[in-house]
Amino acid sequence: MNCQQAQELIQSYGDGELELAGSLEVERHMQECQICANAYSRHTTLTSALKNSSLYYTAPDKLEKRIRASLRKEAKSEQPRRAFVWRWATATVALALLLMLAFLVWRPGSFRSSGDELLAQEIVSNHVRSLLPGGSHLTDVLSSDQHTVKPWFDGKVDFAPPVRDFASQDFPLYGGRLEYLNNRTVATLIYKRRLHYINLYVWPTDQAGSSAETTVQRQGYNMIHWKSGGMNFWAISDLNAVELQEFARLVQQQQ
Amino acid sequence: MEQNRLASFEEAVLPHLDAAYNLAHWLTRNDTDAEDVVQEAYLRAFKFFGGFHGSDGRSWLLAIVRNTSYTWMQQNRSPELSFAIDDELPEIESQDLNPEALLLKGADTQLVRQALEELPIEFREVLVLRELEEMSYREIASTTELPLGTVMSRLARARKRLQQVLISQAQAEV
Repeated sequence: MNCQQAQELIQSYGDGELELAGSLEVERHMQECQICANAYSRHTTLTSALKNSSLYYTAPDKLEKRIRASLRKEAKSEQPRRAFVWRWATATVALALLLMLAFLVWRPGSFRSSGDELLAQEIVSNHVRSLLPGGSHLTDVLSSDQHTVKPWFDGKVDFAPPVRDFASQDFPLYGGRLEYLNNRTVATLIYKRRLHYINLYVWPTDQAGSSAETTVQRQGYNMIHWKSGGMNFWAISDLNAVELQEFARLVQQQQ
Repeated sequence: MEQNRLASFEEAVLPHLDAAYNLAHWLTRNDTDAEDVVQEAYLRAFKFFGGFHGSDGRSWLLAIVRNTSYTWMQQNRSPELSFAIDDELPEIESQDLNPEALLLKGADTQLVRQALEELPIEFREVLVLRELEEMSYREIASTTELPLGTVMSRLARARKRLQQVLISQAQAEV
């Protein structure tokens, strides 16, 4: 360590702000260098001069009383103001809830097309039937491997549905089957979320372009419906709407 | 609810009343002004108490005391703030200063107090926080809202100035 480095560190050393290794180096340097030792001695002399001169101003007792009194007054005047703010906050929240409710009630109205309404009914029935114990069936091909499920549709439908496993996002692929919906054969993919099953119906659309997703609730089931990549998609499950949305987003992203 | 807030505020912040008063006094250099500033600072602190989540009530309170002091000085057109704060002041060479001279004068309380009082405010405040309040560099940086490096260079310059003043007084008396 040279003098310049030492000079820069002497203040931090004297203030106890230097780590051990640095302190040892400064000490070693000062044993050999009188100029730096003098600089350090000036530092300590000044520090003790400041400490010994009783320079600290202690607050007078009356100040504490004064402050306590003014704080109490302030707290009292804030109380009604806060209550007022709370009343308004509550009213605002209530209004927001009302609007949300109105929106939810109104929303199925936007699902006007009677064709879609019929299809929604058909899909609910199909979903329920697929989960009935015995008799009906959930899967024609039971596999979590997308490379098994996708080729299985070959030769059974005249389109190639997008098949992807979302096990890493906690929506594992469970299998596939054929269904007859909307007057045609559609590919159905089954996914699981914990103990819930999701049926995802896919078939080609005759209209080009894509449409934003529509969410519908029927008999306690959540459904999401959208068009993209020339395909119709209907996802249905007894899963909550938020997680079903998450699932729909995954399917949309893979395309 | 308001009573609880007041109680926890008083518990966290009132113990630092002396620190608040000391800083305000060194900044305003006046008893009554310091009292008014501290009272105002406590009311402000109470208002902002909801935003205080840290554990270091002293640094937090002193930052408010400092801001209140500066506002107060501005309103009262204190000449203190009329010059620009310049961190690039020329260095005063002090390698040949004799520590014994300082020691001699170090004992004279009145002279030390006066020398510190006459330091420019930006030097005075870091020295007061460091030497009288014994705050760490980090705490000083948080109270003054200055970068750590600036705190250290201001402290070094403040000490050099103070040494210079005390030495020249000592020499004048010889």
